[in-house]
Amino acid sequence: MADGATLSICNGRLVDPANGLDAPLDLHIANGRIVAIGAAPPGFAPERVLDARGQVVCPGFVDLCARLREPGAEQKATIASETRAAAASGVTALCCPPDTQPLIDTPAVAQLVRQTAQRHGFARVLPAGALTQGLAGAQISEMEALKRAGCPVMSHADRPITNTLVQRRAMEYAATFDLAVFLHPEDPHLRAGGCMHEGRVSTRLGLPGIPEAAETVAVARDLALAEQAGARVHFRGLSTARAAEMVAEAQRRGIAASADVSAVQLILTEDDVGAFDSNCHLIPPLRTARDRDALRAAVASGVIGAICSDHQPHDADAKLAPFPATAPGISALETLLPLALRLVDEGVADLATVIARLTAGPARILGKPLLGRLDEGARADICIFDPDARWTLEPGQMASLGQNTPFAGRTLEGRVSWTLLAGRIVHARTAESR
Amino acid sequence: MRTDDLQRDADGGLKHFLTIDGLDRAILTEILDRAEGFLGVSEQAVKKVPLCRGKIIANLFFENSTRTRTTFELAAKRLSADVLNLNINTSSTAKGETLLDTLRNLEAMHVDMFVVRHAESGAAHFFAQHAAPHVSVINAGDGRHSHPTQAMLDMFTIRRHKGDFAPLTVAIVGDILHSRVARSQIHALRGLGAGEIRVIGPRTLIPPEVADLGAHIFHDLREGVREADVVIMLRLQRERMTGALLPSEREYFHLFGLTEARLETAKPDAIVMHPGPINRGVEMDSQVADGPRSVILEQVSNGIAVRMAIMSMCIGTQNRRGQGDGDG
Repeated sequence: MADGATLSICNGRLVDPANGLDAPLDLHIANGRIVAIGAAPPGFAPERVLDARGQVVCPGFVDLCARLREPGAEQKATIASETRAAAASGVTALCCPPDTQPLIDTPAVAQLVRQTAQRHGFARVLPAGALTQGLAGAQISEMEALKRAGCPVMSHADRPITNTLVQRRAMEYAATFDLAVFLHPEDPHLRAGGCMHEGRVSTRLGLPGIPEAAETVAVARDLALAEQAGARVHFRGLSTARAAEMVAEAQRRGIAASADVSAVQLILTEDDVGAFDSNCHLIPPLRTARDRDALRAAVASGVIGAICSDHQPHDADAKLAPFPATAPGISALETLLPLALRLVDEGVADLATVIARLTAGPARILGKPLLGRLDEGARADICIFDPDARWTLEPGQMASLGQNTPFAGRTLEGRVSWTLLAGRIVHARTAESR
Repeated sequence: MRTDDLQRDADGGLKHFLTIDGLDRAILTEILDRAEGFLGVSEQAVKKVPLCRGKIIANLFFENSTRTRTTFELAAKRLSADVLNLNINTSSTAKGETLLDTLRNLEAMHVDMFVVRHAESGAAHFFAQHAAPHVSVINAGDGRHSHPTQAMLDMFTIRRHKGDFAPLTVAIVGDILHSRVARSQIHALRGLGAGEIRVIGPRTLIPPEVADLGAHIFHDLREGVREADVVIMLRLQRERMTGALLPSEREYFHLFGLTEARLETAKPDAIVMHPGPINRGVEMDSQVADGPRSVILEQVSNGIAVRMAIMSMCIGTQNRRGQGDGDG
């Protein structure tokens, strides 16, 4: 459907947390923008009508962390394949970490990533700029230039900065340009080659453990630095109850700290590693049921402002080795919505709250307040999903090139029916559209 | 999935031997009883039985080992199998071949059983998951996870000296954190119903939540061996001295090294064990290692019989399966 065409989405339940909307409302689109919510404008004659009966109509999801593997690891996935997977998952904007090859530490690479994504047109890709040159943790990067090249935030991917002074300076410099700093809270010395949560299961399996303190020590350090620098810090992928408590306490004290959690951390625990299941090899690791429950509560309360996929597609070989030798991470875009909806099913949070953590919450963290909401006049980035659809995840049918998921063969509930990017249908699950 | 799910076939037969975690007393006892029967083979004029004749057993050692590899080799030969010894440090993985390629290539040579030692926890499970259905995998030590044949030979040695496990107090001393031997021993002792299992060491060498495995934790050697029937000393790798785990060999020996004096609190008939090789003057002094309570060399001899038992059980499961499938 070309820009300029007109379209109405009718009979759905419209949920737009940013505007406090949760009601049966139609939505009308022209020229790629939302022209009306509720009644159509006088004389509006849509060329196409999507019947969203029984479905939820909400802003397209904003994913704070999805790796596309391009440039540099195209044997795993490409920008084309993974933005298509994003569209199939209801994600209309995503932030990719700067650990591509070459790294996103120069404007040229940031532009390359954005332009490639634009050419394919499945999702908006917002590359995070590298906080230090070469992600080496020594020399800060040209953050102003990266910002101009379209990097909304600065990140150090999953590589901790060990030099505390560099961390401080990087935060201060980023704050000069009102750039949030995305941090992977991990003390690498405490991680010490660990590959799963240090506790009951790691003791049984004899796998080197990653203690809770590997996360909490880093969060404590970075909160202290952020407070002094007056910087905006975002903790990417919390895994422990204690770290969530520390972020909550910092927020109460007025520190500009935010946090997200990978959807899988809200569902699985250390026990799911089972008999060395390399699809449960994650960094940060799956932790205890107590941690998972505390992370869920922090999502419900808003301390954790975003649920993200932490999508890491891998080629099959990356997971074919003894557990510690496998590459961590899961192909997670396509399970983002059904896993998040489990919080609604299990009474942890209501639907509007869960959708807020997938839309307006992450948009705010990115400093992109126009994303993740449905305003008249705004670009029509929309996700329409069936909250009750039950389906089985078949790896062979995934849109992502990465089939590394612990949910293979599992029955999931909630499935995206249509995704619209600037009014254009970029994903339609069936031929139901009329 | 549980770690022991892979190793039993549909009829409960032992297909692979990967871990003791989850094995019940019946099968552990069967292994010990069967090993008892094999003890005599070493004393016969012809030291062979034909249970694995015509089978190819590959010893796949990705980590150095003398004792374990040699006793596996002897066990296989006494079962009349043909044995391949591959020390992979110097072989094809050094050229970038993946573990899976190594496995596939050896399967193409019609190997019936792999005896695998590897530095990564879970390596034996990985082999078992990917091996062809007619192939068995025996874990000869994977990372810190499991060394089940060592634990079974230890159980065999204990049973020969002490009989019933129920009244026994067994103390395991040293580097529990990094020890696959200790983990397997704890599971085996629990499975066989030992009265009390203790682990003894400084906090840096005790893994978190080890009590969940069924062991009581002690940090004082004298207290830990008090009234013990069996004292098992673990090997302390020299590289543990270079990190922040321990200050020095001197202090370690002073606190956790076994001497006759420190054995005083144990039962008078307590036996002392060690999986070898011993660091004399670190884990124990020579007086104990060579003394009357030491059963360390017996452990080595028993290792052959126990490994024969386990290998023949797995090959037996293969044979039954082959007959059942009608493809010989």
